[in-house]
Amino acid sequence: MPLSASDLLTLTREGLYCPLGRFHIDPTWPVKRALITHGHADHARSGHGHVLATPETLRIMAVRYGEDFCGTRQEARLGESIRIGDVTVRFAPAGHVLGSAQIAVEKDGLRVVVSGDYKRAPDPTCLPFEVVPCDVFITEATFGLPVFRMPDTSDEVKKLLASVALFPERAHIVGAYALGKAQRVMALLRQAGYDQPIYLHGAMEKLTELYKREGIPLGETPKVAAADRAKLHGAIVLCPPSAIQDLWSRKFPDPVTSFASGWMRVRARARQKGVELPLVISDHSDWPDLCRTIRETGAGEVWVTHGQEDALVHWCGTQGIRARPLHMLGYGDDGEAETPEAAA
Amino acid sequence: MNEFAHLLDRLAYEPRRNAKLRLLQDYFTHAPDPERGYALAAMTGGLTFKEAKPAMIRGLVEARVDPVLFGLSHNYVGDLAETTALIWPQESPPPSAGEGASQSEAGEGTEAYLKRAMLPSPDPLRGPPSPAEGGGECAPLLGHNNPPPHIPTLAEVVDTLATTKKSNLPGHIAAWLDALDETERWALLKLITGALRVGVSARLAKTAVGALGGHDADAVEEVWHGLAPPYESLFAWVEGRAERPETLNPAPFRPPMLSHPIDEEADLDKFDPRDFSGEWKWDGIRVQLAGGRDRDGVQVAKIYSRTGEDISHAFPDLAEAITFEGTLDGELLILREERVQSFNVLQQRLNRKAVTGKLLEEFPAHVRAYDLLTAEGEDLRPLPFIERRTRLEGFVGALDHARIDLSPLVPFATWEELAAARADPASVGAGEDADAIEGVMLKSCSSPYLPGRPKGPWWKWKREPHIVDAVMMYAQRGHGKRSSFYSDYTFGCWREAPEGGEELVPVGKAYHGFTDAELAKLDRYVRNNTTKRFGPVREVAYGADSGLVLEIAFEGVQRSTRHKSGVAMRFPRVSRIRWDKPAREADRVEALERILARGEREVAPGESMEASE
Repeated sequence: MPLSASDLLTLTREGLYCPLGRFHIDPTWPVKRALITHGHADHARSGHGHVLATPETLRIMAVRYGEDFCGTRQEARLGESIRIGDVTVRFAPAGHVLGSAQIAVEKDGLRVVVSGDYKRAPDPTCLPFEVVPCDVFITEATFGLPVFRMPDTSDEVKKLLASVALFPERAHIVGAYALGKAQRVMALLRQAGYDQPIYLHGAMEKLTELYKREGIPLGETPKVAAADRAKLHGAIVLCPPSAIQDLWSRKFPDPVTSFASGWMRVRARARQKGVELPLVISDHSDWPDLCRTIRETGAGEVWVTHGQEDALVHWCGTQGIRARPLHMLGYGDDGEAETPEAAA
Repeated sequence: MNEFAHLLDRLAYEPRRNAKLRLLQDYFTHAPDPERGYALAAMTGGLTFKEAKPAMIRGLVEARVDPVLFGLSHNYVGDLAETTALIWPQESPPPSAGEGASQSEAGEGTEAYLKRAMLPSPDPLRGPPSPAEGGGECAPLLGHNNPPPHIPTLAEVVDTLATTKKSNLPGHIAAWLDALDETERWALLKLITGALRVGVSARLAKTAVGALGGHDADAVEEVWHGLAPPYESLFAWVEGRAERPETLNPAPFRPPMLSHPIDEEADLDKFDPRDFSGEWKWDGIRVQLAGGRDRDGVQVAKIYSRTGEDISHAFPDLAEAITFEGTLDGELLILREERVQSFNVLQQRLNRKAVTGKLLEEFPAHVRAYDLLTAEGEDLRPLPFIERRTRLEGFVGALDHARIDLSPLVPFATWEELAAARADPASVGAGEDADAIEGVMLKSCSSPYLPGRPKGPWWKWKREPHIVDAVMMYAQRGHGKRSSFYSDYTFGCWREAPEGGEELVPVGKAYHGFTDAELAKLDRYVRNNTTKRFGPVREVAYGADSGLVLEIAFEGVQRSTRHKSGVAMRFPRVSRIRWDKPAREADRVEALERILARGEREVAPGESMEASE
């Protein structure tokens, strides 16, 4: 009997599992052997026996969970084929955050690609997505509706700088996911010529230091001291999304509440969060890029995971591509995909 | 269109009044004529387009986008204009080249790539976003022959919508939507469907325009009714390039003079009773009756609300009475058999859409006049109150119209006498009208009529509010300065439950009356006593043995079908927090029903408007 995709990957309680290689990908539960696509907490959990991931992802996990976040670990070099059991795996950049990768699982000429979270838009803090031709493509669908077309990020950053210019006496509090989004926003601000210190909430400090150690220049990023909050007129302050509505943010001078997220595409979502200055900056693929990527992989079959599966499955149908939703539990990257559904 | 769209976009997210004002001023300063004038018209409700309907827009989208995908998206976004703006197809841009190189070189390590990628882009602050925005930027292509998409100006949109046949409109609108970016599409759709909903009142927009030249909103109101979109003469005046526009309206609106609430303990001792004149404070709506003759000698009659809205059409019975040339300030009331009816009765007339003969007969509108601003072309506002009052008495007497009478003075020699009148108006001549009186007004005899709310000359001294003790049931986060604080409280009183026993039912909601320090304590209380969450709303613990008692002050009670309790309070606020009082000792709904039964009807609708100003 010829090999089928479900021989290579199947869905278990812990998440995607490869029976032939006896490993999980991004398991939501501690397992013996895990391959991790990227460092966001819902994909990279602590307590696995053995972890295979890119060097950057391993270092991110060590910063988040401590050096003993797993039993043993192995670095996956991008593009390098690694034999595990009866299958070969290969990591390819996913363009999502620093160290993020897709994982191709292959045997006897049949290739399944697990995209993890990915984006096609350029990002100065991580390697760009690489198209890996495959038979079955497992795609995320966080922003899987045609209303999600993300604008050019440099225009979004300009909106922020224009607001700082218009309200020089007010602090601008920008909610951003602590891993990836925050550093991308800092890098974009630097690209736009902003050379003032960018202040950080304590929760972002360690990961930002890590990015700097990885060779990404982010300029001066002091941590906000509690006593200084009231003095930060006109400053840009980055904090986790949960903190923008927190009393913490009210201590700043007449704060402008901002949030860098793909969800900011929808006004009602921004208003629900009390966001005055939405910045549509997403680390996920928007609708056109989801569609483009599916086409470019040449996959004859698509499995659609976390997000708006229905619309993407419908679209694949109109393109003559076999598609099915894969209802995995436990995903949705905390800060960004703290979806309205989950929050409601 | 672009600048207007970005203004609306920013306003829609801005909760603070002063920040809105800054955004508006910034726009009015930079946008050219006639664009800014049409923008002003859109924000002051001066533009309406009859033909552009949601069904037409839906039809346009469904002709371009898979209806299944549109349906899923509309469900998700929840707003037709926004869904349409976001989903409208646009040409796919060439591969992005924005933030850095998009491909890593073969064999290049992450760090090397990132160093290269971090090089500043050639011109990070380049010009306005390209019209085909949506994922990348369009570098200008040398030698391309396609003309750039035509982005309509606001003026063009307004003109086209006003002059195009209905059958040709979809084509125009589609062409615009093709040319615009998402924010512009959203703004265009909001504009043509007539619902901007960006939280800007006409008054705020006028305030922003006036501020360009150091004028206040009242100065703008003075000239407003003689002007029409795109208001070029208005902008020329505030920018000091032209004389003040002459109003051609023979019956213009004059911004009213407003009062402050008096603090009887702090203020009264400082004043000499001989310097003030007393009047009843009527529980109606503040209006201005303006009459005059146009160039052809035809009588023009206008009734304005206190914000300058022309409400003549709603009161044709009263407009008929404006046979004079002049401007009267007074209270609109319903009189039956010469008796002033309660505000509840007046509200039944206000709430009707169609003004029918039956309505006019059952709810005859009257004005009780208390000031005269102009008469026969003479501006009386600079005169002291006492002189205007004499002129007013003569004017109303000469008019001799059953619909317009004089608000009587309340004589007093000492503050004690006035306090007695306030406590019991019937005893000092108000008679049966006493139920429609909500306090007294104090007006400085020597003060001219000053638009706005000058502190000192006019004071309102309202009757004591009602008080009940109620139990906090739900709390909601506030806005603006109070966002993140649970500052809006729904509270309930006890009644017999249908299934037996006692239950608390909501009777109202209050969001002010406490200090910032008290708010911090209330917020902590809500967070520590939450039992359920409904989005932004939290339910707190309440019952016979748990719950926080709030003393609520309010001005009256109305029947309400929206509240489970059947009653609604008017103008409720927290007057004290009763940390000490057990919830079981809070008041019962019957206490409110008794107030309702007594026919207590206080507070003018103007009060709630004032509160929201």
